[in-house]
Amino acid sequence: MDDAIWQAVRLTLVLATTTTVVLLVLGTPLAWWLARPGGWWKEAVAAVVSLPLVLPPTVLGFYLLLMLGPNGPGGWIARSYGANTLAFTFEGLVIGSVIYSMPFVVQPLRNAFEAFGERPLEVAATLRAAPVDRFFSVAVPLARPGFLTGAVLGFAHTVGEFGVVLMVGGSIPGETKVLSVQIYDYVETLQWRQAHLIAGGMLVFSFLAILAMMVIDKRLRRRRH
Amino acid sequence: MSTCSSPATAIIAAAAVALAMTGADAAETTVAVAANFTEPAGEIAAAFGAATGHTVVLSFGSTGQLYTQITQQAPFEVFLAADAERPMLAVDEGLAVADSRFTYAIGKLALWSADPDLVTDDSVLSSDGFTRLAIANPESAPYGAAAVEVMRALEVYDALEPRIVQGNNIGQAYQFVATGNAELGFVAVSQIVGDDTGSAWVVPQDLYAPILQQAVLLNGGDDNPASVAFLEFLRGPEAAEIIQRFGYAIE
Repeated sequence: MDDAIWQAVRLTLVLATTTTVVLLVLGTPLAWWLARPGGWWKEAVAAVVSLPLVLPPTVLGFYLLLMLGPNGPGGWIARSYGANTLAFTFEGLVIGSVIYSMPFVVQPLRNAFEAFGERPLEVAATLRAAPVDRFFSVAVPLARPGFLTGAVLGFAHTVGEFGVVLMVGGSIPGETKVLSVQIYDYVETLQWRQAHLIAGGMLVFSFLAILAMMVIDKRLRRRRH
Repeated sequence: MSTCSSPATAIIAAAAVALAMTGADAAETTVAVAANFTEPAGEIAAAFGAATGHTVVLSFGSTGQLYTQITQQAPFEVFLAADAERPMLAVDEGLAVADSRFTYAIGKLALWSADPDLVTDDSVLSSDGFTRLAIANPESAPYGAAAVEVMRALEVYDALEPRIVQGNNIGQAYQFVATGNAELGFVAVSQIVGDDTGSAWVVPQDLYAPILQQAVLLNGGDDNPASVAFLEFLRGPEAAEIIQRFGYAIE
């Protein structure tokens, strides 16, 4: 396999890992908050989080290009270290991927938090566990399948990202040229052998990711019964 | 059926006959068009329709993507590519009619910035006035390959390489510059023709090989009078006027 493919594989894995970690850190409190009882506006927030499920990636890509650019907040951040834009950077891709994959992490987490209900937390409270303690020693272990599903889905979905990266990445080898863009280039330039190589690999990877998720899900169910 | 003789059926039958008759001389052709030629193709199709009564259905995409679709039996009858390579390949692979290939437009390259003061000539390329230079993908897009050729001819390519960002096609390179994410970019003259908000330097033709955009009649289009007539129209003076107005040269 040639170097360009390996470089894209490495970059894609680093991007997906970074995105998944960021999403678990940001998504856990968000999902927890969404899982607690609350008003209709909680559903409004949940709907915003879920938007990438239905929006075409081109919509996200277009807005991101403007947001990351010199006239948006991204440009403002970039100027703090002497750059002009967050587009065409790895950091820009992480921001895009976090938004794009957020529902795939938050939704399973929220479901997991909701699944065990108020009861275990109330019991923990009567045993005088502090709220933070209740969260880390009761809620998180009980929601473990949700964390696994969310992590697998968030990771896999980021690996499979194309439209957003295409629109804000600028196709810089080792920085923003991920696998899906690399496949597109190979098909465009009629290098079908290389395209087959990555596309086949992606197919196997995606199958394994979904299989893993289903196994987790099945275990979860068996434990409940 | 007992309703065969009803007046309504008679009208429908008459309409069908009329439709069949106009169908004999007014046909429809499906044309695959390289995305950079979107606007002129629309105008040419309209002018062609007005002149001949034929209908043109336009499908847009990148040249590479359209070619890939053509190899998989896409129902296109005419192919307007952004290069000469893919139409040639189509002929070699037996997907197109051999002697139908010709250059319908010659693309011109410009160095462009949304900043009205940045570009005066090529000297900006050796300045520090920008951090990112956008080009189209040189592997797949002819305008990208031409941009690299120009930078090599000016002996600035090695110095500029780390600052290059690639759009997948010339449309995306244009977006990167228009949104200010890249301060500078090589775009097609056709994209900035009539727009004087930024600054541009039209690259002299002697710095890069002409970007020949070629058309070819695909198999399946050769027995359709509309397809043949469309290619004929594309070579004519009316189309030439439209093509030049959009910032292309013709042969």
